[in-house]
Amino acid sequence: MRTPFFFIIALVVGAAVFGVALWKGGDYTFYAGYVVLQFIVLATAWNILGGYCGYVNFGSAAFFAVGAYCSVALHKFDPTKPLELCLSVWIPFTEIGFRACSTLNVSFLSPIFPLPIPALIVFGGLISGIVGLGMGYLTLRLRGAFFAIATLALAVVLQTMVVNWDYVGGSRGAYIIRPSELTFAGIKLGYIQYLFLIMMLLSVIALTLARLIERSRLGYGFATIRDDELAAEACGVPTLRLKLIATTISGMLMGMAGAPFPYYIGYLEPGTAFGLSYGVNSIAMPMIGGTTSWVGPLVGALIVATLQQWVTVTISSEWGVLIVGLLLIFFVIIAPKGVVGLVQATRRRFKTGEH
Amino acid sequence: MAGQLLEIENVGKRFGGFAALDGINLTVAQGERVGLIGPNGSGKSTLVNCLCGTLTNETGTVQFDGYPMNGLAAHQRTHRGMARSFQLPRPFGSLTVAENLRIPLLYTVNARAHTGIKTHAHTHLNHAQLEARCAELLGLVGLANKANKLPRDLTQVEMRKIELARAMATDPKLLIADESMAGLSQSEVEDIVGLLIKLNERGITIILIEHIMRAVMSFSQRLVVLVSGKKIADGKPGDVVNNPQVIGAYLGE
Ligand SMILES: Nc1ncnc2c1ncn2[C@@H]1O[C@H](COP(=O)(O)OP(=O)(O)O)[C@@H](O)[C@H]1O
Ligand SMILES: [Mg+2]
Repeated sequence: MRTPFFFIIALVVGAAVFGVALWKGGDYTFYAGYVVLQFIVLATAWNILGGYCGYVNFGSAAFFAVGAYCSVALHKFDPTKPLELCLSVWIPFTEIGFRACSTLNVSFLSPIFPLPIPALIVFGGLISGIVGLGMGYLTLRLRGAFFAIATLALAVVLQTMVVNWDYVGGSRGAYIIRPSELTFAGIKLGYIQYLFLIMMLLSVIALTLARLIERSRLGYGFATIRDDELAAEACGVPTLRLKLIATTISGMLMGMAGAPFPYYIGYLEPGTAFGLSYGVNSIAMPMIGGTTSWVGPLVGALIVATLQQWVTVTISSEWGVLIVGLLLIFFVIIAPKGVVGLVQATRRRFKTGEH
Repeated sequence: MAGQLLEIENVGKRFGGFAALDGINLTVAQGERVGLIGPNGSGKSTLVNCLCGTLTNETGTVQFDGYPMNGLAAHQRTHRGMARSFQLPRPFGSLTVAENLRIPLLYTVNARAHTGIKTHAHTHLNHAQLEARCAELLGLVGLANKANKLPRDLTQVEMRKIELARAMATDPKLLIADESMAGLSQSEVEDIVGLLIKLNERGITIILIEHIMRAVMSFSQRLVVLVSGKKIADGKPGDVVNNPQVIGAYLGE
């Protein structure tokens, strides 16, 4: 199937799900559905580096949080006030240095502020993509456990920075007041429905991108990195450049998933944005679904996030994390190729059984 | 120096305190067929790794096709026309046999169309041309019927052939085959030697590392002997095998 065709079909499926939710569901459907969709994007993003290239990133929460905090920063930005730009330079351990400030009138930006969520997503994606590229430069010469530990360290460093950044609320957190509904061309839409719709579109984009990569020259290159980097280089694959592309795309998508989050949650604190569940879920979902194709993260996110939402309501959120842990152990040991691998194996068995 | 494709000067490589290569000097002319022999552990594979950028040599320089190779990444050397097969086959396990061959076509042959490095008369291959070239390469090594198999379903001998075909797929100026024939039957060895000679006749320079002396002798125009990281002989095959120093090194093994 050609990519544009796939994109349109995915859009139609997404629109149909939205329609059914509007028709049958209440606000809760959208609140829960948003989380499921958000994890589809996160799992797909993680899989581009972790599944296709074989580099396990434990720091997904950092990229998610970068997207979320970009939105907070832009939300707080008030263009009617002059922007103060300061430059301070000093020689460490001495009194020698200077600080120069100048104010910049940015009121011309007023008409476009506050920025709409799609613009925040583009901005959050851009910044977290740059963070991804930077992380790649610093860590990609490491392999295996060392790379994983470095990504975890990145999350800790970024969280510390955010905790100490007063502008976005520091450790106290930040309140985001959102409107309760929007009007589009005369149609009224509840805000949570709007957020759901946006996350649906983002999921469709992420899945289409992952599928496109998988079938392209780039996807073949990623697979050779996962299989054997020395042999890949010997075949002419520029492995470092490809890994940087993967960290950038992966980081970008994670940041895009995080950008609307402050508007969803209403009150964002570092502990929430850098929550353990993002790092764990973005690894667990592709592993449970299957890491070799775009279908795996989708299936894994649908199963795990739905189950988590259900368990959170019926029992408690702690049980949600426990269930992910148990599922992950089961799949890593019994079915390392995930649900997709299980289905393929069963299909093959049926086929050979017929002959 | 006209006609010299590969110039290795004073190349040295240590692993810890152990000198695996100790001041190797070697030049290979354009179009030559060189046999490289030596007892196990004498540094043959290490030399290949240093030439191709898999390992970094601590001393010395490698000049290939008029360009200094020091500091270039392995894939850049492949783009410039250096190809090697690994002694222990390293196929891409999740890709089919045909896809394994498609990688060098996509990433070396087609990449050259952008970097402007010319080896032979080549332009960018489209999808159909890629398929055709894969099939041609599989036919050359006699694995046409295995195109859609995964490497884990192949025998060790078939993996060696894929390893060789994948190196050939980069359309190289210099092909280094590192013990590609171990375990092959006598007729298969003859087939591979015939294939390499045919490639050589098309202008590809070849360095053959091999233990099977019959293959080495029928292939090589020139024979180089490595012992304990040092080059101890370099010359006409007939002269080299009768060199008392070489005989001593082999008998002492
Ligand atoms: N990565 C490595 N680390 C440490 N020692 C190595 C490494 N690779 C090769 N060696 C050592 O270097 C020597 C030369 O090895 P090699 O080049 O593989 O020999 P050959 O290919 O001639 O059999 C051997 O003694 C081997 O043990
Ligand atoms: Mg060897």
